[in-house]
Amino acid sequence: MTAPSTINTGLPLLSVVIFSPLVAAAGATLIGHERLLRWWTLVSTTVVAVLSLPLWWRFNPDTAAFQFREQVAWIPFLKVDYSLGIDGISLLLVLLTTLIMPLCVLASWRYITSRVKEFMICMLVMETAMIGVFCALDAILFFVFWEAMLIPMALMIGVWGGPRRVYAAIKFFIYTMAGSVFLLVALIALRLKTGSFSIEGMMGQNYPAGFQLWVFAAFFLSFAIKVPMFPFHTWLPAAHVEAPTAGSVLLASVLLKMGTYGFLRFCLPITPHATHVFAPYLLALSVIAILYGGFTALAQSDLKKLVAYSSVGHMGFATLGIFVLNASGLEGAVLVMINHGVTTGALFICVGLIYERLHTRELGEAAGIGKFVPVFSGFLGVFCLSSLAFPGTNSFIGEFLVLAGSFAHSKTLTVFVVPGVIIAAAYMFRMLQRVAWGGTNNPAHTGLKDLEFREVVTLAPLLVFVFWIGLHPQPFVRVMHATVLHLLQQAGQVIPPAAVALP
Amino acid sequence: METVTDSRLLWAVVTPLLGAGLVMATGRRPNVREACSFLAAVTMFGLTASLVPDVLAGRTPHFTLFQLLPGLSFSLRADALSMMFALAAAFLWILTVFYSAGYMRSLEEHAQTRFNTCFALALFGAIGCAFSDNLLTLYLFYEIVSVTTYPLVAHHQDDEGYEGGRKYLTYLTTTAKGLILPAMVLIYVLSGTLDFATNVHSGILPVGVHNGVIIALYICCILGFAKNGVMPLHHWLPGAMVAPTPVSALLHAVAVVKVGVFSTVRVMLHVFGVDLMDRLHLGLPTAYFVSITILGASIIALSKDNLKLRLAYSTVSQLSYIILGVALLTPTAIEGGLIHIANHAFSKITLFFCAGAIYVATHKKNISELSGLGRAMPWTFGAFAVASLSMIGAPPVAGFISKLYLLIGALDAGAIGILVVLVASTLLNAAYFVPVVYHGFFGPPSAGDAHHHHREAPLAMVIPLCLTAAISALLGFYPDFLIQFAQAVVQ
Repeated sequence: MTAPSTINTGLPLLSVVIFSPLVAAAGATLIGHERLLRWWTLVSTTVVAVLSLPLWWRFNPDTAAFQFREQVAWIPFLKVDYSLGIDGISLLLVLLTTLIMPLCVLASWRYITSRVKEFMICMLVMETAMIGVFCALDAILFFVFWEAMLIPMALMIGVWGGPRRVYAAIKFFIYTMAGSVFLLVALIALRLKTGSFSIEGMMGQNYPAGFQLWVFAAFFLSFAIKVPMFPFHTWLPAAHVEAPTAGSVLLASVLLKMGTYGFLRFCLPITPHATHVFAPYLLALSVIAILYGGFTALAQSDLKKLVAYSSVGHMGFATLGIFVLNASGLEGAVLVMINHGVTTGALFICVGLIYERLHTRELGEAAGIGKFVPVFSGFLGVFCLSSLAFPGTNSFIGEFLVLAGSFAHSKTLTVFVVPGVIIAAAYMFRMLQRVAWGGTNNPAHTGLKDLEFREVVTLAPLLVFVFWIGLHPQPFVRVMHATVLHLLQQAGQVIPPAAVALP
Repeated sequence: METVTDSRLLWAVVTPLLGAGLVMATGRRPNVREACSFLAAVTMFGLTASLVPDVLAGRTPHFTLFQLLPGLSFSLRADALSMMFALAAAFLWILTVFYSAGYMRSLEEHAQTRFNTCFALALFGAIGCAFSDNLLTLYLFYEIVSVTTYPLVAHHQDDEGYEGGRKYLTYLTTTAKGLILPAMVLIYVLSGTLDFATNVHSGILPVGVHNGVIIALYICCILGFAKNGVMPLHHWLPGAMVAPTPVSALLHAVAVVKVGVFSTVRVMLHVFGVDLMDRLHLGLPTAYFVSITILGASIIALSKDNLKLRLAYSTVSQLSYIILGVALLTPTAIEGGLIHIANHAFSKITLFFCAGAIYVATHKKNISELSGLGRAMPWTFGAFAVASLSMIGAPPVAGFISKLYLLIGALDAGAIGILVVLVASTLLNAAYFVPVVYHGFFGPPSAGDAHHHHREAPLAMVIPLCLTAAISALLGFYPDFLIQFAQAVVQ
């Protein structure tokens, strides 16, 4: 795996991408003018996005080895290294993060009116931490980034959130903090076994079964809260509802992926035996999440809650795909993660746009606005269809692969997932029908303005991704394919039947 | 059969999509807008018709839109089965453009631009289904039809419209997502591809799949394409009659329901294949199962006084003829079922056109109020009579040919029970259509109604309905055009 010759060669691209936002945050402290601050953050996040593009071009999809490696001794006395590298899965997540950031800034353009400087600094610090999590190859470095993400997010909810922001922020903080403790315990236990904090070094060690089960359990608690899996999801709707638009988008698009990424990076390769032991229970929880998230979303009259609960269902698909432990399931799961980032992020932006216009998130109040804001309805329509996995959109291909993997694993299990697919159509059509087509002639709607240029620019890139991934997913599958096969090998799973394996 | 890449297929499918864009863009000027619809319809028909010589010569034009993953693509093909459906849908769209302009303007309906846009989009879905090369593409366009026709069904945006629309979308998306999607994924897992077979015999399922799994997949496919109106999942169809009549006419006699039947037939013949169905004895049980629909819907139709509702139940009944024919698995029966796709399309659209014309001219919806109207509206009622004969299966109109083939096919298959069903259904058809025509021409005008005030509907409506009636009759006299396609399918 580790090819020393490839370490620390050339430009430290990952470090540049990770720390540029932090530098921009430092720069932001010097700027006093609000308008200038917004532009500064927009430009710097865009620059980071551009800087991250060479990762895509220069990534070699034929190998599962970590690429763009950087390694420097950091705390030699504890054998902690500053060690970075990405594989096919983390590449996609890094790009998702860097590309969604400028859109978050745009979505906050008018939404955030107080403490603009602090907000923008929070966003930039978040970006550094988020990218860092996906790139870290040292357990302590990973943990540092993981924790660093928590504070700006909690601040975003607690300072710029809605009426119950403090409650939501504390709930978010306590839940994820509790999870982090278990993560740290597991990492230290592994350090004691292997003698180093290198994540790669922890993989493939054939730990005793009992040890694996305990480590897996600790990982599971930490990651399941983050995903969130049923029954650890209750912090999510509260956090989403209170968070400002950009916060919701980041939470949905990137932070939830940390949990599933954790499963892929730690559980499968480090504790393969325990993964197999626990997989049936995780599959059951995933199916429950899909059904529970769906039914709960169907009952919501608050648009943000509706989208938040739909997230629980979608992430259920991701964990389902991971724990069926075959190639199409895993590839589907990674695609679901990316798609959820694109689509749910877009839906949160849409809900934010409604809120900016009507100052309410009630479905009943927003009913029928489609007549006055046709361009907005068009965008909302596409994103709703994408969310319910309409064929030709991004989510479809992800769900298709997850279902294929799930069928290959167990037909009975998959039969229980199907109602979740139907419910997704029900709650999304219900929302779309009411908002775009409600037919109530609410006098409050007559003066509504359709999307302005900035708002179109915010949504348009996501629209492109909806169709790009939906109609031409091969590049995305290709970059992760070698990684996924390697991961399956590490998880001790034979490569699945030819019918499901995708070259 | 020779497969050739042909971009005409792409254009045939894209034309209605472009048409929809043009209609939306020119919405402020109704005449230009209708001209755009017309232009799109004519272009689509022209492109489709231009494929006829190739298909008859045994070539299969093919076009790949998007390759998603290995074995998974959005791609198009034109074979004999596609052509039968595509030609009927494309041709009838042209007439419907005129008819719906007449109807919508006479009644001063709202949101005509949205109506016409969605209409073109629905045709985009229908033609896409016809030209689908694999189950995934079929599913894509099938869902496009569901979504784009919702605004048409709920067009009036009143409680009744929303209720009908809700029922419509609930039935169609639940069955598609709950039955077709899992079946499709499982077929992909089992066979590694979703491309339709090139003949009706082999199917695409590999040998060695457990029989129970195949039967489960088969049931999912028969019930899952709920647009085919097979009982017990037919309730959306009468519910959708709240839509304006041109919608009922084209979409609920041609595009939507035919998309359902076409998809069912396509999957029966080109995914499962005749050999497999024969081996697992799936044919006759299916035929008897849809016989319940044929007879049940006819009996319900008898009880309906609302003309459109009676036609709706007649549609439910007639659609199952097509599935019945294919399920009998003999060449003649399959041919009979397939030509009924087009025969029923022309006859049923005539009936709906007439219902709309009567409504525009007199604002009457119920059969009991039509007594004596035939003398005031001879062309409309004449066309209605011709189309009724076709529905009953009386010579020399189109429906007769279908029924003849079905009867011969049933005899070939030795299914006496099916023969009885067909005869009983013919009697029922006569029982609910003949009184309409008879009272229309010979009944006394209803009390308090001075019929001399009523006249024919606008020409934009009467001419299309006369044309479709004439074509119904022509297809009865010259059935060869359709039969050659049907024979090419079975070969």
